[in-house]
Amino acid sequence: MSARTLADISAGEELLSVDDISLSFGGVKAIQDVSFNIMKGEIRAIIGPNGAGKTSMLNVINGFYHPQVGTITFLGKERRKMRPYMAASQGISRTFQNVALFNGMSTLDNIMAGRTLKMNKNFFWQMLRYGPAMNEEIEHRLVVEEIIDFLEIEHIRKTPVSQLPYGLKKRVELGRALVAEPTLLLLDEPMAGMNLEEKEDMSRFIIDVNQQFGTTIALIEHDMGVVMDLADRVVVLDYGRKISDGEPAQVQADQNVIDAYLGVAH
Amino acid sequence: MSKDKVNKVGGVKTGGDLTSFPQYLLLNAKRFANRPAMRHKDHGIWQSWTWSQMCDEIRAYSLGLEKLGLKRGDKIAIIGANRPKLYWTFSAAQALGAVPVPVYADSVAEEMAYVLEHAEVQFAVCQDQEQVDKILSNSENLPSLKKIIYDETRGLTDYDHSSMHSIDDVQELGRRMLADSTDAQKGWLKSIGEGKGDDLAVILYTSGTTGRPKGVMLRNRDCVNAAVSTVKFDGLNENDIALAYLPLAWVGDHYLSYAQGMVAGYCLACPESPDTVSQDLREIGPTFYFAPPRVFENLLTSVMLRMEDASAFKQRMFHYFLKVSERCGEDILNGKPVGLVDRILYGIGSILVYGPIRNVLGFSRVRIAYTAGEAIGPDLFSFFRSLGINLKQLYGQTEAFLYVTCQANGQVRADAVGAAAPDVDIRISDSGEVLFRSPGMFFSYFKDEEKTKETITSDGYIKTGDAGFVDVDGQLKIIDRAKDVGKLINGAMFAPKYIENKLKFFPNIKEVVAFGDGRECCGIFLNIDLAAVGNWAERNNISYASYQELASHPQVYKMMEEHVEQVNRDLAGEKMMAGSQISRFLVLHKELDADDGELTRTQKVRRNFIAERYEPLIEALYDGSTEKFVETEVIFEDGRKGNISATVQVRDVKTFPAAAMKEAAE
Repeated sequence: MSARTLADISAGEELLSVDDISLSFGGVKAIQDVSFNIMKGEIRAIIGPNGAGKTSMLNVINGFYHPQVGTITFLGKERRKMRPYMAASQGISRTFQNVALFNGMSTLDNIMAGRTLKMNKNFFWQMLRYGPAMNEEIEHRLVVEEIIDFLEIEHIRKTPVSQLPYGLKKRVELGRALVAEPTLLLLDEPMAGMNLEEKEDMSRFIIDVNQQFGTTIALIEHDMGVVMDLADRVVVLDYGRKISDGEPAQVQADQNVIDAYLGVAH
Repeated sequence: MSKDKVNKVGGVKTGGDLTSFPQYLLLNAKRFANRPAMRHKDHGIWQSWTWSQMCDEIRAYSLGLEKLGLKRGDKIAIIGANRPKLYWTFSAAQALGAVPVPVYADSVAEEMAYVLEHAEVQFAVCQDQEQVDKILSNSENLPSLKKIIYDETRGLTDYDHSSMHSIDDVQELGRRMLADSTDAQKGWLKSIGEGKGDDLAVILYTSGTTGRPKGVMLRNRDCVNAAVSTVKFDGLNENDIALAYLPLAWVGDHYLSYAQGMVAGYCLACPESPDTVSQDLREIGPTFYFAPPRVFENLLTSVMLRMEDASAFKQRMFHYFLKVSERCGEDILNGKPVGLVDRILYGIGSILVYGPIRNVLGFSRVRIAYTAGEAIGPDLFSFFRSLGINLKQLYGQTEAFLYVTCQANGQVRADAVGAAAPDVDIRISDSGEVLFRSPGMFFSYFKDEEKTKETITSDGYIKTGDAGFVDVDGQLKIIDRAKDVGKLINGAMFAPKYIENKLKFFPNIKEVVAFGDGRECCGIFLNIDLAAVGNWAERNNISYASYQELASHPQVYKMMEEHVEQVNRDLAGEKMMAGSQISRFLVLHKELDADDGELTRTQKVRRNFIAERYEPLIEALYDGSTEKFVETEVIFEDGRKGNISATVQVRDVKTFPAAAMKEAAE
């Protein structure tokens, strides 16, 4: 298959697929023979018990880890391995399980950082911050402000992120990923450590991102209630292997999944 | 601007024989064409509309609404926060002769449905998806509702749009009509011209302190006259600017943000979001400001808390100059003679302390500030006045279209609410109830003849339901709600709000409910202020996980006991109130909340409801027990229910012999 642009793919067609991925660190086999795909416009959840290889899978998709075996196909282009910069420039952005923001910088600056790849003016102009660079910054600022409005974080626009509570940091991180106008958004446990109200807010944002911007989303989550409500399809990993794949209800009823979560008598 | 021009504009200000706000809109679009009418912070920048631009926007909006079927006499609900397009809806509807009905945006779906159903609204304008969802969840009870119009599109794209439109689309409709023919413009102007003084201008629902909200019907003439006379009273003009941040459905906001703004032509600024109000206030620097006492309380609390985190030098400087301002600040503001040394010290204080505080709070340019809605603590009141902020009190009601009394510059006191406002006539009934007649008074409750008759006397005065008296200098003093004033078994007068207010003046106490009518002594429920007490806890290495845990902490109880004792000591010194000192108190295990029906949407305590809900706790207050297990159902913001249970401690407090009795004993 040749490389395609996002516009060539209609909703419900394959946006990304991973085929027979195996990843090991020395003797530890983190992922073994995992294949699944993500369709354009859907919310795809990756779930599994601790250590199942979920985050590793996400890291493979955005090129942070390089699998020993298998291929990744994104936008119709098949690769042995992805590279982080390739992933980012082709429209894959992500958030992290442990919030990874620039602590000393304000919310606004953190989110502006998400636009870096879209800035064209060279170092000289940017250093002057005059003329073309200024115009460019205004354009980008507008995009950023729209996301700030979208995520309802106007009140912390100028606050250094180190002073923010955890739930808001997560939101800022989502903002930074969103301003890159991603084709595929990877969310690593967006709701970990949140209280009920924060989870509800975050779920709302995820649904709105999916509906309003049409962004395809792959997310890792532990809260089963959230996953069942949000996801269109779910893939379940356990000890690095795929044990189930399908719609939430279907996965929930799968004996393999129940065994993986509750354990089986030996 | 030159002085002549101000005067000239001032001459036009009354608007002559204009009878409705859309007529004022047209006038303002002419006389203040290029002056700002509205600002709104969006994308992090203040966006502005001049009067002529705003008039264009409203015209397009209004014609769009007409195209969708809004007719003279139709009701149109407005639900949301202080956003420009929602304010435009008022004029757009009134221009067509339709009647806007603003609804409290934070009311839960059932409360909202009650108002919409009662008001028989045909159109509902919502701020966002949240409000649309609330309406849709009760749509089967709203047969008259034809169209839903919304401001923010987010999350609404997948909804059935057969009877839903965005405000932008409605305006687009209107613009196309204007482009298609010149008749549209003519028709619109004609429709505005046809607005009569007797036409219904707006229906404002009361917050429902006592039972179901009532729809207060106000005519164009009432609204315009009331606004004109108060605009004159305070000399408001087109150079003023105010920030809209109070609930849109509240008479205060409708009056100050809409009615007075239209008449005086001042600029209204809408905050970016409810969370950014304090930042926006500071950026805008309003010249005209209104806030209920609790807002001033919160401001004072935040200033004090932040000062405690300041360096030792700054703290000393702050406290020194605060003493100076306590001593002479108010006198300087009132124009009374003050010694030279104090004047110089106050001048230095202005540079070093008062000015910066005013700046941080956004009060640098405030010319006139009002507080109303509740009694304000004398200390709190003089704190702000001594900083040089011209804070005054007014007393008002939805039924009066706000103003009943207000304080003139130079006649400001903390313990009274001012003399009768211009053209207002006040009378005290034999039972001690305050009655008034005013230019803005309503003529009837919507669909409630019975209540209307109860409220308006045969000779045309309105009963306020408040007990009060007129002081020697002509200022009105309010004691309490007339029906709340009771007696203890021993015959002593019991005015719950009077006691509650005394306690609420402590920054650590957020809410108080006093009981005692027909009982042998006075007992109270307290709510601690989580911000203030939480900060104190942090400073004293007291860890807590929740409101409930902090509220039941022994040291917090001890602190509350001291406050209650202090109030008893005060009460002992007052002849009327000495008999109703507080004997027992408890700190409630949860914060009183409007979602649970314990407070009204304007944050007033609903006494009877609380008495019923917490009956076991009231028993505990009077049966001598020291603790009581209680389980309470709570409703979360999304409408789900949960339970909070706790063992609440009850404490006895020392009472003091009354000053008069003590003298007799000696």
